[in-house]
Amino acid sequence: MSVPLHHPVDLLRFNTCGSVDDGKSTLIGRLLYDSKSLMDDQVEALERSADLTGGGQINLANLTDGLRAEREQGITIDVAYRYFATPRRKFIIADTPGHVQYTRNMVTGASSANLSVVLVDARLGVIEQSRRHSCIASLLRIPHLVVAVNKMDLVNYSEERFLEIRDQFEGFLPRLDLKDVKFIPVSALDGDNVVDPSQNMPWYPGPTLLGHLEDVHIGSDWNLSAFRLPVQWVNRPNNPSDPHLHDFRGLSGQIAGGIVRVGQPVMVLPSGFSSVVKEILTPEGKVTEAFAPQSVTLALDHDIDVSRGDMIVDPANLPGSGKELHAQICWLHPRPLQRGKKYLLKHTTQTVQAAVTAIEHRIDISTLEPECEALELAMNDIGEIRLATSAPLVFDGYPANRLTGSFILVEPGTNATVGAGMLHPPTEVARPEYKDFSI
Amino acid sequence: MSSYYLDHLQYLETEAIHVMREVAAEFERPVLLFSGGKDSICLLRLAEKAFRPSEIPMPLLNIDTGHHFPELNEFRDRRAKELRAKLIVRTVEEALARGIAVQAPGQISRNHLQIPTLLAAIEEFRFDSCIGGARRDEEKSRAKERFFSFRDSFGQWDPKNQRPEIWNLYNARLNPGENMRVFPLSNWTEMDVWEYIRKETLEVPKIYFSHLRRCVRRHGQWLPVNDLVPPKPGEQVAELIVRVRTIGDIISTGCVESPAESVDDIIAETAVARVTERGSRADDKASEAAMEDRKKAGYF
Repeated sequence: MSVPLHHPVDLLRFNTCGSVDDGKSTLIGRLLYDSKSLMDDQVEALERSADLTGGGQINLANLTDGLRAEREQGITIDVAYRYFATPRRKFIIADTPGHVQYTRNMVTGASSANLSVVLVDARLGVIEQSRRHSCIASLLRIPHLVVAVNKMDLVNYSEERFLEIRDQFEGFLPRLDLKDVKFIPVSALDGDNVVDPSQNMPWYPGPTLLGHLEDVHIGSDWNLSAFRLPVQWVNRPNNPSDPHLHDFRGLSGQIAGGIVRVGQPVMVLPSGFSSVVKEILTPEGKVTEAFAPQSVTLALDHDIDVSRGDMIVDPANLPGSGKELHAQICWLHPRPLQRGKKYLLKHTTQTVQAAVTAIEHRIDISTLEPECEALELAMNDIGEIRLATSAPLVFDGYPANRLTGSFILVEPGTNATVGAGMLHPPTEVARPEYKDFSI
Repeated sequence: MSSYYLDHLQYLETEAIHVMREVAAEFERPVLLFSGGKDSICLLRLAEKAFRPSEIPMPLLNIDTGHHFPELNEFRDRRAKELRAKLIVRTVEEALARGIAVQAPGQISRNHLQIPTLLAAIEEFRFDSCIGGARRDEEKSRAKERFFSFRDSFGQWDPKNQRPEIWNLYNARLNPGENMRVFPLSNWTEMDVWEYIRKETLEVPKIYFSHLRRCVRRHGQWLPVNDLVPPKPGEQVAELIVRVRTIGDIISTGCVESPAESVDDIIAETAVARVTERGSRADDKASEAAMEDRKKAGYF
């Protein structure tokens, strides 16, 4: 037995999406099975249910479809998370089902992903769902996309068919904002090009799916240029035994962007109070600098009024601010979004009230063009809206920062999460409320 | 690779701390479920880190089935004392006596009786949120769990109607009587837990390491022999070098034969394990949907 080395292993988060019967669950099952990430008792359980219900055929989908209703109906209901590791990387898979609540599920599974795998059935080619999934991946700014053309066994492993589908895809890709797209022909059922190279498709020179997942350069997804710390919790020790802590006032939160150093001037927004970083606490103790996405506690030189919902920023690189917001939104709930309706809006660590002042358009998924005159956005719709909030938000555009540029809408009363929003870049830089207080 | 880079364990840690602070900030009466098992030991260390130099701003709660390994309860009480944390223990025994929990005829396991006992404790202290150490890699229905898992006023989980969780924005809003279960270790695997225990040099109860124990073979696993699990006629009692991988109560926790004497040994063993952690838990083997059914009823 060898003890794994202490070298850093990085983490790739990816999600798989496709429509019903594209074979997502089978593909994940195959990845786990062929990379030997499945345990004997899991295989045994698969074999047991194969004997009982599957006529002897092992159903790899049963690995991920964990709920009773899913096994009964042979569908995946909710996002399921799976974990596996190879010597190269650790992986978190979000299996996002493609039926009724597809947008909701995909947004949930993909918002923090480095990569999306879009499955296409080789027999059907590009369908509306493929376009929708690619569109959401582009909207969410997922850095890498893999188009896995599945069920190649059912089209006689035809290179011609594969190229045809690639061309269909490439026809609409220019309308999207995707930087890295890779096409891989696979057969999840038989394992071709999933973990092991296919013997049936010698014409395909590229990597297998797992090979690509292990190699794709994920670098840093985090914005390290503009320091942002949304204050999550104010840390004031009660009756500390250490007398040094009597006046301790720490500002805790997860760094949403940039780097912070001891001695660096910072500004608190929206108030505009200025101070200097005195101390930085991380999970590993006191440090002189910290960076996104670390969870930290800062102590500042001056005792200024800071509370949850404020944002500590680099005064040389200010975010935007405003009560009038312009955003793209994915609607996640059966009750549609309507103009004039009020919601609760959670952005970073603050929650404000928001009213929908305009629905500018809905995106037509089949053409990916904006459709004017949308009166409402129904579940799974993607559109562009304007909002007015009860208090100013301090924010960045989503393309610049996924964490300070995103929000959710919550329906008052039911408390359901109904929308996921991505803010357009601000038109105005934040103007401190109390400029005179600058030190 | 730049120096502004988190390895997978640092990433999981930063994510878990973010979730814990969100609980402290968004809820009025949170509680942290602490059993003394390996997952909740990690949870407690993360809570220390999330809130220091302050103390952990919430009490600890354990539901004691009365069938716990004695080593576990001793460890639980000592750890809570060391951290000067307030530990609340509610027992199934007491819940049975008060009629809150009712034992099915002939049933020995008290596993499902934890549910009414936990729900009664939530009501007694009016907890609005419970932080637990469940991980998605443990079990199929857990794989569908959110970080912030909403429970209605009956404590029920509705897997078909979960709140979407997007970016790091958690919707923590509740109406009176409702409850949130929060799982900061959602993305951790068994291996991550042990690697974290090694990195943080955390103490764990001795039964995780190999020791000599009298066991009987039942339903394909080694069960520890004790007052509650006497050998049945015809069963051979074997003295074996074993350890536990996961700790349930003393009547349903299978032991595995293992020479692992240190955390390093356990990590090496986990790396080559061919059986899942919960493969040794009789409570999960009841049916394919055993965990799902318990969770729907309010299990953590």
